[in-house]
Amino acid sequence: MANIDTINKDFADLFEQGKELLSNGSSDCMNKTREKAFVQFQELGVPTRVNENYKYTNLIPAFDHPYNVNLRYMEVDVDLNDIFQCDVPELDTNMVLLTNGWFYGNNKVLTELPEGVIVCGVQEAAQKYPDIFNAHYGKYAKPEEDGIVALNTALAKDGLFIYVPKGVVIDKPIQVVNLLRSDRDLMATQRNLFVIEENAQAKIIVCDHTLTHHKYLSNSVTEVNVAPNAVFDLYTLQNQHLNSVILNSIFIRQDKHSNVLTNTISLYGGTIRNNHHVLLDGEHCENNTYGMYLMDNKQHVDNFTSIDHSKPNCLSNEHFKGVMDGEATAAFAGRIYVRRDAQKTLAYQSNNNLLLSDDAQINTKPQLIIDADDVKCSHGATVGQMDEDALFYLRARGIDEKEARQMLMFAFAHEIIEKIRVEPLKDRIDALVDTRLRGEISKCNTCALACKN
Amino acid sequence: MAKEEQDKILDEVTQSDYKYGFVTDIENDDIGRGLSEDVIRMISAKKNEPEFMLEFRLKAYRHWLTMKMPEWAYLKIPEINYQDIIYYSSPKQKAKLESMDDVDPEIRATFDKLGIPLDEQKLLSNVAVDVVMDSSSVKTTFKQALAEKGVIFCSFSDAVQEHPDLIQEYMGTVVPIQDNFFAALNSAVFSDGSFVYIPKGVRCPMELSTYFRINAENTGQFERTLIVCEDDSYVSYLEGCTAPMRDENQLHAAIVEIIVKDNAEVKYSTVQNWYPGNKEGLGGIYNFVTKRGICEGKNAKLMWAQVETGSAVTWKYPSTILKGDGSSSEFYSVAVTNNHQQADTGSKMIHIGNNTKSTIISKGISAGKSSNSYRGLVKVTKNCEGARNFSQCDSLLLGDKCGAHTFPYLEIGNKSAKVEHEATTSKIGEDQIFYCNQRGISTEDAIGLIVNGYAKEVINKMPMEFAVEAQKLLAISLEGSVG
Repeated sequence: MANIDTINKDFADLFEQGKELLSNGSSDCMNKTREKAFVQFQELGVPTRVNENYKYTNLIPAFDHPYNVNLRYMEVDVDLNDIFQCDVPELDTNMVLLTNGWFYGNNKVLTELPEGVIVCGVQEAAQKYPDIFNAHYGKYAKPEEDGIVALNTALAKDGLFIYVPKGVVIDKPIQVVNLLRSDRDLMATQRNLFVIEENAQAKIIVCDHTLTHHKYLSNSVTEVNVAPNAVFDLYTLQNQHLNSVILNSIFIRQDKHSNVLTNTISLYGGTIRNNHHVLLDGEHCENNTYGMYLMDNKQHVDNFTSIDHSKPNCLSNEHFKGVMDGEATAAFAGRIYVRRDAQKTLAYQSNNNLLLSDDAQINTKPQLIIDADDVKCSHGATVGQMDEDALFYLRARGIDEKEARQMLMFAFAHEIIEKIRVEPLKDRIDALVDTRLRGEISKCNTCALACKN
Repeated sequence: MAKEEQDKILDEVTQSDYKYGFVTDIENDDIGRGLSEDVIRMISAKKNEPEFMLEFRLKAYRHWLTMKMPEWAYLKIPEINYQDIIYYSSPKQKAKLESMDDVDPEIRATFDKLGIPLDEQKLLSNVAVDVVMDSSSVKTTFKQALAEKGVIFCSFSDAVQEHPDLIQEYMGTVVPIQDNFFAALNSAVFSDGSFVYIPKGVRCPMELSTYFRINAENTGQFERTLIVCEDDSYVSYLEGCTAPMRDENQLHAAIVEIIVKDNAEVKYSTVQNWYPGNKEGLGGIYNFVTKRGICEGKNAKLMWAQVETGSAVTWKYPSTILKGDGSSSEFYSVAVTNNHQQADTGSKMIHIGNNTKSTIISKGISAGKSSNSYRGLVKVTKNCEGARNFSQCDSLLLGDKCGAHTFPYLEIGNKSAKVEHEATTSKIGEDQIFYCNQRGISTEDAIGLIVNGYAKEVINKMPMEFAVEAQKLLAISLEGSVG
């Protein structure tokens, strides 16, 4: 097994050797950020368990594999638009495809978007809209704090760029389908940038899928800036196979009176690490960070969250729930910062877990770091089993034990699903979770949204 | 409450004084500054220790050299020069003391000021006291009465001389020398402490108490407490600490080890009131303590109760390993920080045995520019069936420049475990104060009332004498606002 030094050195070599390919086609802004991030990566390296924030996730086995890395866009030999036709009843979305971290070249032109909305690849945006791009790119992610974010920034070439201008409301959600499709084991680096201007509203649904059985490592970073009074929803559905590793870091900055909801649902995957960073950078913001994980086999999921109240009068709700079966392990770290003078803050955080098997394990650390006095903050964490009384209640009414357990588990998970603000999606995910809990999605290479494959 | 009034009260809070800050003029026998193998050999020789002790110390020292000071705590600690500390300082004494009259009058006066019932005249209070000043144990009271029951309560050095077999058997079994940086340092240089042994079936007839005081300048205090409770026995143990006011920081790194066997019960109460430094954050004690107990036998019980008001920096996590089936442990803590004090404290509960239970109740109160953190771990191992834990950490903020932080860790490896953690952070509600004002209680008294009520749950768990003292301490620490 390779040690961490070898892994870090391999990346350093890759960066040095691929320098030309990396900077080719990227804008100056990206390349400048890249150089800086690479220096930071050399200091930090891939995080190990010695790092307090990665105490419960060992990334060495995930990185210790001869992955291929694409430093330029590879043409896809089939038309992905034909493969993916989402059939969620009544879910009418604007669909965008990304393949292996790159904006798919044959994406259909999104004709139904309101005027002024931009949806394109990051590389393209950097060339075509430098004013917007340069003002936001690399401004919210913190490569200095996390090795994998630094690595992403150093290797980032493409990803999705969305710009919603002032006052524009997009009714139809934008559905982003991230496809991993390769005939070799692959490490994908994806860098997204979403800019939501004042009074604008947008909903984004992100689905992660693997199309082939190869081992994948996907390291993505998403930066979001939500301007005053804007409303932004981000739903992430993670459904990949057991051999995949997802490293997903989201950095959201909220300006005053903005309202953001994120809901991250991890249905299936080998190793999943989600970093949710929220900076409440204006007064009267509302942030809702929700997540759910349903894990079995030897899957591992780690949700790391940091909600930073840097201005007064903001509200944040955070709720993560998990059901663990088999030999699955899960970790949750919630951190709420209330900065000095961020008075009248309301911050709530909760993490509930159901353990179904003796070999499953959950490590949770809900944390509060509070430097202001006029605040109301609370956090709670529970680990337990199903309520025997509730089970008895159902069985006394003639429901067999298996079904009763099913119902209770579903009810447990539903609390998170219910927060989804897109009705058809909510119904669809309800159905998905139901089948998932019945163990019917045992191996998923198909789209979680039951697309025709 | 009007803002100015609030500010005024908070100002008063920060102006409270440390009333134990006197220095006793006693000649000290110290060995000079610095730490090396020679110093350790010297300490060991001074104490006339058997060979196994010296080996234990040297092993710990060699391990300590390979370690780094932990940085994970939410504390800002200036770098400590470990060569600038006097590792052994003892009140100069001649022969072994037999009666109270032999104790240096100056020392007695010191402890009188502290209100410790060192004098046997204060027999009524029924507390046996072992007093540790700087590094040496001064006097253990009631030794005779305890001996009749077969209870051993003496200074650690006496125990090394008189009961080396017990010391050799139990020392370092709960807190191994390589456990952490400060534990290794303590194991290398510890000078004295207390030893308690309760034989099978004995209910210790009185509460045992130790008072620690750092007196001399530039000294570090490294004491070690070892409590062994055989089957079906019971003991309640109290510990208190004070130090004089000084401009420089002094180091206190202690180890407490507790072994609880079948059906035995131990209550360990602490009132920690080391000098917290002055209002500008100058001076004060660095309190780095490793306290750990093991419930080795079935149905063993261990309770920690602590009131922490002192120290410039506190780094302390009393923990329990629940190894015996059906064993249980409770942790009750009130930690008050004021001015520039910093505390990172909490508890660890390691569930190994089946049907083990633990409760953690932690109440933090921060005022001034202080920072108060709770850090705790609840771990349920894979083969532990039916574990149950409930943790509650509340923080109360007095003033807008202080911080309250919570860092709980829950590691659960068995599905039958039921673990709950909850925490809240808030300031005193204006409606609560209004309610009191309306009934003719001044704002200042109201805050006192509320703080006392807030801490009551913990203070109630302490033995009577301590509870009274703890309440007084709370009042002194928050003087001005607390009635």
